[in-house]
Amino acid sequence: MMLIPCPWCGPRPRVEFTYGGPDPSTHPRPADTAPLDVWTRYVYERDNPKGEARELWRHGAGCRQWFVVERDTVTHAVAASEPLPGVEDPR
Amino acid sequence: MTKAPDETGIAPQACRLETGGHIDRDRTLRFRFDGRTLTGHPGDTLASALLANGVRLVARSFKYHTPRGILAEGAEDPSGLVALGRGARHEPNTRATMTTLTDGLEARSQNAWPSLRWDAAALMRPLSAFMPVGFYYKTFQWPPQVWPLAEPVLRRMAGLGTSPRQPDPDTYEHRTAHCDVLVVGAGPAGLMAAWAALAAGARVILADERASLGGCLLKERTVLNDAPAADWVQTVLGELTSDSRVTVLPATTVTGQHDHGFWLAAERIYDRPDTDPAAAGPRQRLWHIRAKQTVLATGAIERPLVFAGNDRPGVMLAGSVRAYLNQYAVAPGHKAVVFASHDEGYRTALDLVAAGIPVAAVVDPRADVRGPLPDRVRALGVPVRDGYVIGDTRGTASGGLSAVSVHRYRTGGDMVSVGEWLDIDLLATSGGWNPTLHLHAHTGARPIWDAETLAFQPDPDRGPAWLAGACGGLKPLDAVLLSGREAGRGAAEAAGLRLPEGGSPCPTVAPDDPAQATAGTRRAALWAVPKPAVANGKRFVDLQSDVTVEDVALAHREGLESVEHLKRYTALGMGTDQGKTSNVTGLTLLAAARHQPIPEVGTTTFRAPYTPITLGALAGTATGEQFAPVRRSPLHDVQAEAGAVFQATGLWLRPRFFPRDGETLAEAVQREVRTTRERVGMVDVSFLGKIDIQGPDAAEFLNRVYVNGWTGLPVGKVRYGLMLREDGMVLDDGTTARLAEDHFAMTTTTANAGRVMEHLEHALQVYWPELDVRLVSTTDAWAAIALAGPRSRQLLTFVTDLDVSNDALPFMGVATGDVCGIPARVFRISFSGELAYEINVPAGYGETLWRRLSQAGSALGLTPYGSEALGVMRIEKGHVAGPELDGRTTPHDLGLGRMVSTKKSFIGHRLLERPALTDPDRPRLVGLVPEDGRTRLLAGSQIIAVEHAGAPPPIPRLGHISSACSGPSVGHPVALGFLTGGLEQWADQTVLVTYPLKGTQVRARVVPPQFYDPEGSRQNA
Repeated sequence: MMLIPCPWCGPRPRVEFTYGGPDPSTHPRPADTAPLDVWTRYVYERDNPKGEARELWRHGAGCRQWFVVERDTVTHAVAASEPLPGVEDPR
Repeated sequence: MTKAPDETGIAPQACRLETGGHIDRDRTLRFRFDGRTLTGHPGDTLASALLANGVRLVARSFKYHTPRGILAEGAEDPSGLVALGRGARHEPNTRATMTTLTDGLEARSQNAWPSLRWDAAALMRPLSAFMPVGFYYKTFQWPPQVWPLAEPVLRRMAGLGTSPRQPDPDTYEHRTAHCDVLVVGAGPAGLMAAWAALAAGARVILADERASLGGCLLKERTVLNDAPAADWVQTVLGELTSDSRVTVLPATTVTGQHDHGFWLAAERIYDRPDTDPAAAGPRQRLWHIRAKQTVLATGAIERPLVFAGNDRPGVMLAGSVRAYLNQYAVAPGHKAVVFASHDEGYRTALDLVAAGIPVAAVVDPRADVRGPLPDRVRALGVPVRDGYVIGDTRGTASGGLSAVSVHRYRTGGDMVSVGEWLDIDLLATSGGWNPTLHLHAHTGARPIWDAETLAFQPDPDRGPAWLAGACGGLKPLDAVLLSGREAGRGAAEAAGLRLPEGGSPCPTVAPDDPAQATAGTRRAALWAVPKPAVANGKRFVDLQSDVTVEDVALAHREGLESVEHLKRYTALGMGTDQGKTSNVTGLTLLAAARHQPIPEVGTTTFRAPYTPITLGALAGTATGEQFAPVRRSPLHDVQAEAGAVFQATGLWLRPRFFPRDGETLAEAVQREVRTTRERVGMVDVSFLGKIDIQGPDAAEFLNRVYVNGWTGLPVGKVRYGLMLREDGMVLDDGTTARLAEDHFAMTTTTANAGRVMEHLEHALQVYWPELDVRLVSTTDAWAAIALAGPRSRQLLTFVTDLDVSNDALPFMGVATGDVCGIPARVFRISFSGELAYEINVPAGYGETLWRRLSQAGSALGLTPYGSEALGVMRIEKGHVAGPELDGRTTPHDLGLGRMVSTKKSFIGHRLLERPALTDPDRPRLVGLVPEDGRTRLLAGSQIIAVEHAGAPPPIPRLGHISSACSGPSVGHPVALGFLTGGLEQWADQTVLVTYPLKGTQVRARVVPPQFYDPEGSRQNA
């Protein structure tokens, strides 16, 4: 079972976390005025990268914070984690 | 305790050797096999005890029901599967080789009727030439009517064991452990690794699937430091067990490698030699091990050779024969032939001779075999038939091996020449060794074929674990010991420990030990011996799934060329043994059929678990009441006192109804509804999700998550809100009150409380971190009671000084003050449609509030009511709930399109505008009433057009019924449902409500979805 390094709580087993899709800075929520097809792509279309990926995870059984994890989807190796932009890294 | 067998009338252990073995001859254990009482000794497995008693036939095979015995001595054994225990403790498909013999053990053979010796289904064996792979499917699937009839019969005939029907009476547990170094396997390499890691100060877990630790050192006649190897094993185990940093786990199978150093291990406590069977305790323990570093010392598994009749009881793996001789002091036969394609076979010949069992020949496909071991065998006078193979076997009436035929071997020939028969009852075969790389490969490593050793070797690029001993490639024993020491030291250093200068010295191996001599010698790539023109038996590749050489060839001819297709079509390697003795051979045969080298054919994927885990161990203590946590409202006990009948709703236990004087559910619900509608009722609503929202931007935040507007809501007012997912579908609904400019109290549905909290947190953290808002889930902080009914205001005035008049606290208002002397929030909201108040008090005061309201209300005819009456009243009123908010409905579908603001943006706003979501032909909420005014409409029913009554399927579907009740307050059954085109198209028309599973069809009229007080005059009173 993967160990995910929560910036606030430290490494914890994967069962304490929820996956939340790709890193929002690479997959941003469109503006309300954006065309419908942009919105449709945002909601329904996800890349399925093989290898390095930046993903959004939430420490639901701990601090309840969302943060970004750099992870290899083949080897499951976790390279790093960081808070969302604008949030100070407590480490 | 010990009694001579002749005094008890129990047959003596006829095949037990006079001396030797790691068994306790001073104690005798009794056990039963197929009703016969037999004996064995501590240190025996069930398999060794059966062989000691001369029992060779232990099972019938999966498909052909041919007699089967014990092929191997460890977890790899494909054929010696038995059922253990009786009744609820019946356990099918247990390996006799992995079962520790205990006093009173009861075992039975499987797949045989009426008995193992006279199995009726074996009568079909002469037909087996007409039953190739896929035969059942090909024959019985056409015409389609036949398969449903044939399937149950075929499943009974072709299958393994039966499942127990009663609940498991044993207990199981889970344990989590952390260590610096996990060592898997306690053979020479594993013991050295654990010892070396401990010498560096590491916290070590040493696990081995066998009850007796030592691995091959117990199975061979090895001498270490000039003493029997078992002495050295005991010395090292003594060092390990006396140190508190070490956990030694015998009878514990590490079943899987999962990510980041996480391993699962199943400890069979009842199989441990130190377990007192009288002491009650868990039967198995599932370990969750997080290891900084892991050393795999899992050894290697021997490969059988494939030839006609290779499945008879008496055909065994050569290394396993040595284990039965040396570890268990059992003679698996009276006269033997060894058939091996490399030098290891000669070790078995030496051990057989040493145990006094005559060896008629060593048969070796290699020509001109010379070397230390073959020369030693020749010197003993044992004939060595190099350049020969075994081509066929014969059996006795009871199925055991009685003779083998020896043939000259021509490479590339199709048929072997006429052979010479040797009368023997034991054939020890070996086709080489496969390093045990299952755990290595579980996290994605791909073992690599090595044409030199004719085996898969570890993937050098993947796999975090250290590999020591034979699992990292076959090597002489001194190299095995050294590789263990180096792996243990390397793992300890990688775990951050400082290595000592000396310590944990490798023991000295005698230079003439056969274990020094076999590695690196020539091997013959003999995968299947050609079949003679007339053969007595089939050439089995997989003994558990009954897959033959011909089956593999046929599968290839039929186009199943991928190894994954071959596996699924023939079931090769899909049994409980997962093909430990058969996969590599099957692969090489497929490669030959494809005329391709083995690396291009590839392997199937190794998946956890390495050996089967009993379901009880996976469940652990999470059974019965412990299966899931139970959530109880703060009012649970006081409602139980009031006679509530509870119902599990998600994790919650909710009062369903409060029967009086033997009332049925329907009667109680009728009364609760009538009393509430005419007088006053109270219901526990603590289950609703509650979220406290504070901050200067709280109103703006609500504006962005609800479809309707919130900035204009005055302090002291409540509003109903609808929340969407980003795709435009309704996520949840509920009321939210403004307690102050910057303070809101939100409620959610019971089922979605957690989801809504996550949704809001996600929005705040990921979308709008600039909003100054804080969220806290307060579901468990409040006890909540709804008082509903025309007399609720009167009752409230008895218990509070708050002004609860319609002017001071109108519908959708909120007030704060004391109720029954308790600080409370009073919300004027209504789910039932009656004049109603929801009173929230801190959870600890809930019980007091319930008691005081009950007391004060008794004069007014107050009744408690449960979730059933609540449901009935909300359906009559036409309020939507879970069955309507099923994740497929939009606000428009629910008739709530008016709420959707056009002046602002909110989550789900854009995708809600998709044309398909505003299509007038979408199914939309309607009310339905039966035309006869009596017949209940069932939730889950389909709605079809009247003209389709009695039509054959497929019938066009117009919609479905989501909620229904008997409608006690309106005098006839009512239902809510979704109908294509909605009221606009169907108002006052008749449709058919059909429930095909019950065969009912009811004519129903389509009406607006508000049956009770549609003007709302009662809740506004």
